[in-house]
Amino acid sequence: MSELLKQIGETTNNAGARLGDTILEARDLHVIFGTGVRAVDGINLKIYRGETLGVVGESGCGKSTLGRTLCMLEAPTGGSVALNGLPISDMKGSSLREARKSLQMVFQDPYSSLDPRQRAGEIIGEPLLLAGVDKKQRQSRVNELLDLVSIGASGYAKFPREFSGGQRQRIGIARSLAANPEIIICDEPVSALDVSVQAQIVNLLVSLQRKLNLTYVFISHDLAVVRQMADRVAVMYLGRIVELADADKIFAAPRHPYTAALLSAVPRMPTSSAKRKPISLPGDPPSPMHLPPGCRFQARCWLRQKLGSPDVCSAVDPMLSGTGDHQAACHFQEHVDAQRGAQNA
Amino acid sequence: MTIVPSIQRRGVSLLPTSIRSKPGLAVAIAFLVLIVVVAASASFLPYDAYRQDLLHRNSPPSWNHILGTDELGRDMLARLAIGARVSLVVAVTSTVAAVLIGIAVGAIAGYKRGWIDSVCMRFVDSMYAFPDTLFAILIAGVVKGQLSQSSTDFFSPITALYKMSGGLFGVFLTLSFTSWLVCARIVRAEVIILRSAEYVAAARLAGASDLFVMRRHILPNCLPVIIVAATFVVPSAILLEAGLSFLGVGVDPPTPSWGAMIASGVRSMQSYPHLLITPAIAVGLTLLSINVVGDALREHFDPSFRRGGEAS
Repeated sequence: MSELLKQIGETTNNAGARLGDTILEARDLHVIFGTGVRAVDGINLKIYRGETLGVVGESGCGKSTLGRTLCMLEAPTGGSVALNGLPISDMKGSSLREARKSLQMVFQDPYSSLDPRQRAGEIIGEPLLLAGVDKKQRQSRVNELLDLVSIGASGYAKFPREFSGGQRQRIGIARSLAANPEIIICDEPVSALDVSVQAQIVNLLVSLQRKLNLTYVFISHDLAVVRQMADRVAVMYLGRIVELADADKIFAAPRHPYTAALLSAVPRMPTSSAKRKPISLPGDPPSPMHLPPGCRFQARCWLRQKLGSPDVCSAVDPMLSGTGDHQAACHFQEHVDAQRGAQNA
Repeated sequence: MTIVPSIQRRGVSLLPTSIRSKPGLAVAIAFLVLIVVVAASASFLPYDAYRQDLLHRNSPPSWNHILGTDELGRDMLARLAIGARVSLVVAVTSTVAAVLIGIAVGAIAGYKRGWIDSVCMRFVDSMYAFPDTLFAILIAGVVKGQLSQSSTDFFSPITALYKMSGGLFGVFLTLSFTSWLVCARIVRAEVIILRSAEYVAAARLAGASDLFVMRRHILPNCLPVIIVAATFVVPSAILLEAGLSFLGVGVDPPTPSWGAMIASGVRSMQSYPHLLITPAIAVGLTLLSINVVGDALREHFDPSFRRGGEAS
């Protein structure tokens, strides 16, 4: 569990639920598309109340599919998802709709995520409309939400096209908050925005989390943003989680060669003491339709090359292992941190 | 800071400005209004469209008969006006019917996908395989044959309707039956795009049912393409009606329709060209006008064309 949560301790959220409880859990989750693509290939994941779990990985690694499957927008082909202990992956129709009310999503594209024919007030008020809140209460709640995301009540009657990208994303966030969710899945919420606007949205999300005791799953390919937001980080590669740990640990000492390569690609100030050349990964990820036997990262693994291509990498598919708060799916995870320093020495 | 007061350009207020900047559109709208007025007031014209005057057959335009008379001495302007009514009524009603069927089939197929989609679309494809006009003639022939002769109880109300409308009802059935295909395809394609929009996902997460998503998000956003589809269907229905009447499987004589008038005009086009030219020009200009207006509507209804009122 993260430092933040330990500090907060046992603050209670709604209805006796305590910070640190498991709020969302995925067990052996699989999503295989009709084309044979294994977008999510056996993921076990627990998300604790009040934390921010960052999910990182390159595009196509299945992180967005994971996000959509966690809220059952995409039906898993195997495994289960439980929200507050309720198996939402087994539910359908109205019972599913009822059960996942406490789970909302903030989307990547601030253009396609708002209906162009509706005014901001209608967009934000839609979850309330669906919950059967009457018109007057809806309006006052929407105005409250507009203030909360710093748009102001003047935005109520405007159409999405009258807002900037950042403002649209604020409206999307306000909509996700309308029905008092406990957990919000943010699918690359800032990657379509300008850098200056990104910071504002990240700050907004952080302050909302403090105010409303929210839990976030923060999906992103931007390590800098994840570092700022996340308490724990899950690194995905080809549909699997290859490393899962507290944020400070993963950024200080990664235990998977892929994570090490990702971290080395983050630009640093030239004055930074730890000067490292980026580790470049040769080639592309293998096709998610035809995975090689053994470790799915082996063909591009710099560590394997360094260790003289041990047989175990191409024979045994490594599972997540390690201590409770730092797990990696690598046979040689103890060597990663030392070797990545030596890489460019 | 801008000092210019922001002008709200939204909804209805947009039309006059776009008309001012497009003289062609204004002319087209004026022409369509004229046609509608003429069609609506056909009964008040000084001449009866059905009264024959065999002494003044095939007379060229004159002060008595502004557009001349036809081969039975009937006033061409009166016939053209009644013909406009026939053509427009049958085209518009069959377009409405076709669009409604098309929306229903296209929306269900596009939203549900899977086998429902396959069944619907293979059916549409197989209907599509017939050339439009040929198919229309086939249906028209069957409909006409069945409806004008059938005396069974089941068909008798339809037969009565058919006879009462001078064959119009048969044309209506034929046109709706051939035109919904294109609507179904267009609507389906749009629904497939819209159903994966993130605002649809957001609505579903908030607990929206399929019906809610369809009514509130998908169909309103389909409106531009539905209007586009309608502006394609109306002129083709007019054309098809004219074609059917031209071939003798449309409205029954003596009911005038533009197609029937062109058909009889062709027979004497060498000696009395005005019998052919007037209805032909009427059809041509009407189709052109509808297309021009259709283009303008498409621009107007597509949000991406619209300028934001007060975007900074």
